[in-house]
Amino acid sequence: MSATAEEQHGTTPPASDILAIAREQVLERGVPLDEAQILQVLRTGDDLLPELLELAHEVRMKWCGPEVEVEGIVSIKTGGCPEDCHFCSQSGQFTSPVRSVWLNIPELVKAAEQTAATGATEFCIVAAVRGPDERLMSQMRDGVRAIKESVPGIEVAASIGMLTQEQVDDLVDMGIHRYNHNLEAARSYFPQVVSTHSWEERWDTCLMVRESGMELCCGCLVGMGETVEQRAELAAQLGELQPDEVPLNFLNPRPGTPFGDLPLMESSEALRTIAAFRLALPRTILRYAGGRELTLGDLGTREGLLGGINAVIVGNYLTTLGRDPQEDLDLLADLKMPIKALSSSL
Amino acid sequence: MSEAQVYCGHCGEALDASGHDACRERLRMEPPRFCVHCRRRMQVQVTPTSWTARCVEHGELSSP
Repeated sequence: MSATAEEQHGTTPPASDILAIAREQVLERGVPLDEAQILQVLRTGDDLLPELLELAHEVRMKWCGPEVEVEGIVSIKTGGCPEDCHFCSQSGQFTSPVRSVWLNIPELVKAAEQTAATGATEFCIVAAVRGPDERLMSQMRDGVRAIKESVPGIEVAASIGMLTQEQVDDLVDMGIHRYNHNLEAARSYFPQVVSTHSWEERWDTCLMVRESGMELCCGCLVGMGETVEQRAELAAQLGELQPDEVPLNFLNPRPGTPFGDLPLMESSEALRTIAAFRLALPRTILRYAGGRELTLGDLGTREGLLGGINAVIVGNYLTTLGRDPQEDLDLLADLKMPIKALSSSL
Repeated sequence: MSEAQVYCGHCGEALDASGHDACRERLRMEPPRFCVHCRRRMQVQVTPTSWTARCVEHGELSSP
């Protein structure tokens, strides 16, 4: 169990001190903040937010560079999931309006083509499942082969739940470049979010992926009622896992789910979280994922890209819509942030 | 002649009831889930730059 900030440091220093510490430790030396330090950052006030975002941006530019990785995602199997993740409209356990549907291979290839046309270099195939069965693995085999034959210039990623070692090996054989499996929440908060599987099961899949040769994408969803202490715990746990990419989702309360009536996260809180995660993960791809349009709006989206974010999901999400991809591409051009080319992500 | 829209595509409630302003706002950022003619839940597929929604009785809608 992780110690709290007070347990690790005895007393809480003035809020501005943590930014000076982060500047020397993270920006100058590339050493991530620990859990207690992340908590101090998350407890800073709005008066320090501009300075915090500027520091997080400097860290991103120094340790990751100016490029932004652009990705598109699609659901190959929507709805009817047996799990009860309380934020998710695709669970079959809630009275959500989302119906089960499968995407066929020609439509999957078309979605990859749509993604490549935006300039994205990553295309992630997602399924709402506990883990893949043989039908889904077969669909993945056929789909990945078809995309690789028809859509040059794009890497294929996958997110199809908890895996066995045999399934990990199969995905490597298919040529999957990166595998996504989110922790979603801190270990201490996870039982409030999911009851049908454990945080440890997710962790174990992430470890198998990390050892497989595929890149590991492991992110989270914030704004689910967790405390700032639990948010700091989550960032530290992600830091321990050392994923190549962390997609950061903000809760978009879905009708019919247990979290359907939760409020949206305050934009200042979301921006502070982005910056804190950057200081906890200085070299990691930190991606805008679901919920940013509602939580941050256009102005906040820009501030986040100047506050630690260095990757975006463009276009639509799995069951909800995103901004027009061209709006994000125009924003990146305006910020003089080049889109990461395929050759540099290999 | 096309059938009249009777139900809200977002929440599935009757359109003659008040309180669908929030639904209309929501439909800017998500596809319809209910058929506006018969209230059936539709099969919806979202892709990176488009969506389709299919009602077994009234056919398919797609993004503009």
